Amino acid sequence: MNVKEIVARCEALFEDLRFNAVQQWKAALPGRKAIGYMPVYVPHEIIHAAGFLPVGIFGGGDQIEVIQGDAYYQSYICRIPRSTVELGLSGRLDCLDGMLFPSVCDVIRNLSGMWQIMFKDKYVRYIDVPQNYDDAIGGTFYISEMQHLRDDLGALRGQPITDAELNASIAVYNENRKAIRDLYSYRAQKPWQAPTSEVYLLLRAGCVLPPEEHTPLVRAYIAAADVEKRARRDNARVVMTGSFCEQPPLGLIKSIEMSGCYVVDDEFMLAFRWLMDEVPADGNPLEELSKAFLHRSAQSASKYDDKKEDKGRYLLHQVKSRGAEGVIFAAPSFCDPALLERPMLQEVLAKQKIPYTAFKYAENTGQMAPIREQAGTFADSIKLWSAA
Amino acid sequence: MSTPTMQPQIAPKAKPQVLKEDAMWLQKEMINRNYHELATAHQDGRKVSATFVPGNLNELLMCFNFARSLPETNALQNGMRKKSGKMIMDAERDGHSEDVCTYVKADLGMMLQGQVGPTGEPLPHPDVLLLSYTGCFTFMKWFELIRQKYNCETVMLHVPYQGDGKVSPAMRDYVVKQLKEKVIPTLEKVSGVKFDIDRLRQYMRESVKAEENLVRVLQSAKNRPSPIDGYFGAVYYIGPIFTAFRGMPEATRYYDTLWSEVEQRIREKKGPVTPEGEMAEEKYRLVVEGPPNWTSFRDFWKMFYDEGAVIVASTYAKVGGVYDFGFRHDAERPLESLAEYCLGCYTNLNFPQRIDMICKYLDEYQADGLLINSIKSCNSFSAGQLLMLREVEKRTGKPAAFIESDLVDPRYFSAANIKNRLESYFQMIKQKRVAQAAAGVH
Ligand code: SF4
Ligand code: SF4
Repeated sequence: MNVKEIVARCEALFEDLRFNAVQQWKAALPGRKAIGYMPVYVPHEIIHAAGFLPVGIFGGGDQIEVIQGDAYYQSYICRIPRSTVELGLSGRLDCLDGMLFPSVCDVIRNLSGMWQIMFKDKYVRYIDVPQNYDDAIGGTFYISEMQHLRDDLGALRGQPITDAELNASIAVYNENRKAIRDLYSYRAQKPWQAPTSEVYLLLRAGCVLPPEEHTPLVRAYIAAADVEKRARRDNARVVMTGSFCEQPPLGLIKSIEMSGCYVVDDEFMLAFRWLMDEVPADGNPLEELSKAFLHRSAQSASKYDDKKEDKGRYLLHQVKSRGAEGVIFAAPSFCDPALLERPMLQEVLAKQKIPYTAFKYAENTGQMAPIREQAGTFADSIKLWSAA
Repeated sequence: MSTPTMQPQIAPKAKPQVLKEDAMWLQKEMINRNYHELATAHQDGRKVSATFVPGNLNELLMCFNFARSLPETNALQNGMRKKSGKMIMDAERDGHSEDVCTYVKADLGMMLQGQVGPTGEPLPHPDVLLLSYTGCFTFMKWFELIRQKYNCETVMLHVPYQGDGKVSPAMRDYVVKQLKEKVIPTLEKVSGVKFDIDRLRQYMRESVKAEENLVRVLQSAKNRPSPIDGYFGAVYYIGPIFTAFRGMPEATRYYDTLWSEVEQRIREKKGPVTPEGEMAEEKYRLVVEGPPNWTSFRDFWKMFYDEGAVIVASTYAKVGGVYDFGFRHDAERPLESLAEYCLGCYTNLNFPQRIDMICKYLDEYQADGLLINSIKSCNSFSAGQLLMLREVEKRTGKPAAFIESDLVDPRYFSAANIKNRLESYFQMIKQKRVAQAAAGVH
């Protein structure tokens, strides 16, 4: 497949809010089940080990008219819960047999209970992740949380999930994470060959495709992108941060790129990159997943920084390792975690003299001109700065 | 969190005299003394702790001789004194988003203005931030922000959420382990005081006495007329126990006094005391969900007592502990009990639990309906309240109403809108009564 075909496939998956791909996957074999999860992170491996399909639910984007969902939320609450409720109430999520709500913020936390009330026939679980990073404390708790999920999903399929199954799934996801790491490195090296609007769609495809299908698709994209003839522009290299939950519309990502920025790292669909390296696939699986979470995972606003010095470390690493020249803070409106985190990260950047700019969006933001203008001015200032 | 402890305000001369009960004067004294202790803590060689109301481990902090500050309380006190508006704007000018919780911004704004506390005395920078992370994610960011600015030692106590409506042994063990291996060693290090579990036990025994009386006071609203207001009045009643006083003999004394005052009101079949005197006739009995607005607290309350509406129960009065469903600090299992306390605070309950609780209140307190005061700042309380409203209506058949305001940001209190809403709500209750009477239902 060439780039155009791969991207077209991913785009079709992204636009399909009826989740036909999930329905087809389920229909292919009797007894198959699909479990939805919300941002930021859940251990996919456990769902996969049960033989189920993990399905990332990242809101309704700008393609869905929210009618019923608005009746559940005040105007000062972000948009992702209302469009997710809309997806649920309009029957678009009927293909899911369950939903997982990770501990990200109070909105998603409360949505877990709302889901229990609104969708009584579905499996619903709030996934707490530890904010204490000692193996004997946070680790023990996290393992018990994962064990709970493992038992529940085992019960759902009528057979416990074995260690061997979990280890096999860890191996599958190691491959997927590696492919995505390679994709991110490739984009950082040649952002003109792998624009973020395409990289983004590839990640979104991973929300509905099984990893066995997603990993080769990512690999195929890298190979196909590399042989494309694409013009290299004198763009500013930026990291985009703050978009770990409610997603910006695709048009916004394109606008940033068109305004003269190469996005060389980001926080989109962080779940795929949350665990930053290989998880051993031959040990005690839950212990290994726990260790990877506690000691080798990404930072985001929903995670506590144990020490003051840890604040911004991940962002600085993104900037430095990707050779970025600036940071764009793009946070959803009314997103407490992202917006409260922002001034702390900005202070860290200011100390390092790394330029930044900031704006807010909603998943259905339609007016791109102001954002394009702001990003364009930012890119120009970076270029002027580096020329000086 | 939206938090209690207010000082009785002295009304300006031109206005009618504000009426206060003895317990209120006691409380005023306690609060003033606490602010003074904070102001002089460092010169007296004491260390200062800061922590939050939900999951407030006051007994534990006392074991280390800390002077104890509660930033939410400072914010609300500043809100009541009409100082928070400027603080919030200062914080916004300093780079904080207009979208985020205004308690955080009021606190940061106060620091920017030189850290003068609500009583006019300086508030010292805390020596330790006990990030007891119960029921709200914003707490975590709040203390990270303070740590970033003032370099305070910070210790996290992660309290898992009751996602499936119960406290599992793993959740409790996790909190206990953190207390043993993280929180206590950090508090020992910062204070230089060795932990003594018997001292903790002693404080916890004292806590129980106050807790018993608090529950009696809150449940007195089951009487007709209710001798208390379970929301506007209760924010005073929960003050000492939710903040720096639980476990102290002063708190026990306060609740003894309060309970005897309330008992007498029950005997005399009196209604609640409002800032303008005794409420004449009880016309409506309501349950309220959500914190109050502090910047126009008196005007807000007046909208109710002028109409003869009394709040018989509120969820807000449970943010710092759900004592009326049986929880008591247990000196026999001190750390486990502290863990259970943190795990059980109202905003750490899941949605079905919160709805059950409200339905129970509507039933047990024979309330006419539910009013939700939805707070712009507070996702922890507010996200999902519209579903709550529908569910409660569906389950109880009682009318529910929805108003919106904010805790300490005066820009989000629209008196006219709220008054209109309330008037139509009272109308609705009246009509419902007429219809029920006609149908022979009661
Ligand atoms: S966008 Fe932010 S506030 Fe909204 S659900 Fe996601 S993390 Fe929570
Ligand atoms: S979000 Fe709500 S609970 Fe959390 S600090 Fe703000 S007011 Fe308090």
